[in-house]
Amino acid sequence: MLLPVTIAVLVCASALAVASGIVTARDRRAGTGLLLLAGVTELAVVAQLVAGVVLLTSSSHDVSAALFIAYLVGLVVVVPLAVFWALGEPTRWGPGVLTVAALVVLVLVARLHQLWSGTGA
Amino acid sequence: MPDGTPPQPIETADDGSRAGRGPGRILVAVYAVFALAATGRATLQISEYFHRAPVAYLLSALAAVIYLVATVALARGDRTSVKVATVSCTIELLGVLVVGALSYVDHEAFPDKTVWSHFGSGYGYVPLVLPVVGLLWLRQVRRHRAPVA
Repeated sequence: MLLPVTIAVLVCASALAVASGIVTARDRRAGTGLLLLAGVTELAVVAQLVAGVVLLTSSSHDVSAALFIAYLVGLVVVVPLAVFWALGEPTRWGPGVLTVAALVVLVLVARLHQLWSGTGA
Repeated sequence: MPDGTPPQPIETADDGSRAGRGPGRILVAVYAVFALAATGRATLQISEYFHRAPVAYLLSALAAVIYLVATVALARGDRTSVKVATVSCTIELLGVLVVGALSYVDHEAFPDKTVWSHFGSGYGYVPLVLPVVGLLWLRQVRRHRAPVA
């Protein structure tokens, strides 16, 4: 399912999960670096949304459109909400929230891929 | 002046939202994810194919409501919210245990999955762990508020 975009999302979200996990473990608050990484992840996820919608409309793939789009939209809202929630917490738990969000992005992309390839409803 | 009444606990400014602070932030985040996931699943199930398994889908909707209530209550974190969160976490724990057990025993009532079926195995058993962690955290919050000798 437009492999380059999916790989970009996976790389960004993995990097965000690891980086924010390290920051949490070292008991630091979220800095500019993490926020930039979150921003790049969001860009990749928006690209995934666009790619997903284009693929859905241009091909006659046997996939539930409502479910597929629900996952794409979920993917796009997770990171901004997490950044908003993390910024209010000036302790290690701020980056901890970003770790949760990055893991959720990874799970959603995996589910999206499952939906597209028709394995697992 | 000693007048025989114990000192009342003082509500400090940050005390009011302690449940959603610190590690509580993570808890609220995870609850929000499940609120979103359960709402999405229930909406789809009820709007697209309700007739297939009405009981399971209504339970999905109930789960969604409970996750939403718990998320908001934990995030607010004042005294009333802590009570509301405790009740919703308890219902959630009972729900995941009862639905989890029933889904193994009575396959016909649960032909399609809910967040709670098979003890939340479809969600990495997080639905089973989450209410336990939530209740422990709420106990911690309440203890912190109790008057200290």
